[in-house]
Amino acid sequence: MSTMLRINRDKCGYCGTCVAVCPEDALELIDAYLSLERECIACGICARACPLGALEVVHEE
Amino acid sequence: MKNNYDILVIGGGPAGALAAKTAAKAGNSVCLIEKRPAIGTPVRCAEGIGKELLKEYIKPDPRWISADIESARIIAPNGTAIRLDQDRAGSEVGYVLDRKVFDRELVWQAAEAGADVIVKTRATAPIMENGAVRGAKVLSAGTPADIRAEVVIAADGTEAQFARRAGLDTTVPLREMMSCAQYLMTDIDIDAGSTDFYLGNEIAPEGYLWVFPKGDRTANVGIGITGRKSRDGSRAKDYLDRFVAKSFPDGKTIEAIAGGVPVCRPLACTVGDGLLVAGDAARVVDPITGGGIGNAMYTGRLAGEVASKCIEAGNCSKEALMPYDTEWRASRMGMTIERNYKVKEYFITLDDTKLNTLADSIASISFSEFSVAALIRELIKRNPKMLLELKALKDTLA
Repeated sequence: MSTMLRINRDKCGYCGTCVAVCPEDALELIDAYLSLERECIACGICARACPLGALEVVHEE
Repeated sequence: MKNNYDILVIGGGPAGALAAKTAAKAGNSVCLIEKRPAIGTPVRCAEGIGKELLKEYIKPDPRWISADIESARIIAPNGTAIRLDQDRAGSEVGYVLDRKVFDRELVWQAAEAGADVIVKTRATAPIMENGAVRGAKVLSAGTPADIRAEVVIAADGTEAQFARRAGLDTTVPLREMMSCAQYLMTDIDIDAGSTDFYLGNEIAPEGYLWVFPKGDRTANVGIGITGRKSRDGSRAKDYLDRFVAKSFPDGKTIEAIAGGVPVCRPLACTVGDGLLVAGDAARVVDPITGGGIGNAMYTGRLAGEVASKCIEAGNCSKEALMPYDTEWRASRMGMTIERNYKVKEYFITLDDTKLNTLADSIASISFSEFSVAALIRELIKRNPKMLLELKALKDTLA
């Protein structure tokens, strides 16, 4: 089973709150979209901080 | 695109604009890059600023002032309102800005002073040589380039990735990240001359909800809550939607934005070899109000001044740039942030019952001064039974 971060681009407000709390510098706000640019440890801190609920740590078989 | 400047500024907000303008006026070649395709948008701000603070940097202009505020109200969980009036408080209350126009004016002034401005250009990494910052690797509308500079001023806002990639720890702890959402609403019944701050753990845990007028029947209605209380069903947007449904059910939302406001202490160090960090990226936000525009302009201007001096002296080492860090920490801004950080740490421990008690104790007072210090002095004076508990608060004034 693996865990990964899912970005819901329809919910995302492109505000960068997640970027500032990411302990791995994995997220990047590029113009008008959020991108997972580097290795994510699926800690879920960004998903907590998001004002809109656009991020989710998902577990896949 | 030119590839060599005296000073490279990352970010076209108030900190970057003031840094670029100051440095260009001092005779330096300056380049300001902004990753967005347009300066000033999207707005990530409640747009309030104190009048006197603003005037230190720019002459007020109706083109970018949405509302002139005469009073402020702090509303306790039980509805008790503490009112602070301008006629009793001088002209210190504030303006609500139109950041889309305001930010453009500031960058316009930087350009007029001689700075190059390039939009849709993102710094991907610092150019490092022997541990020193020597410019930035950028992507300019998709095209990679190197921009070299003697000093880089990182004014890249909440994300603060440039300084992080140059080796400074800019990560904001979850509990100290205010998770924010805001609607620009119209057709709502408000007092167009009053900024309203709603407190309480039910309404905005460890933060507040604001109604900042933008004109008649129009306002920024927004909220910030601590990241640690943010989860599915109780996010900033959920709290805001509940308030709006109750208070402005017939209002129309013409803009919906989100944002993160760091209310941690400022960075432990805001300089490096060839690097200065200013504004929200330096975490110089007021921890009580979440206000950052004035502090961004102050640190941006100071960064531009110190960088200019160091370039003239031919030494842009960390040691040579250190007066920037020392000066803002010792400034009124630096002292206020430190005090308000402690005040914030006290206030977030209060439950709604205690917030109500405190609010009730000072609700009938005419404040002669519009400041956190004046509020604290009255709270201590009027709540002798809570003396022990208020000691932490009293110590912040020492």
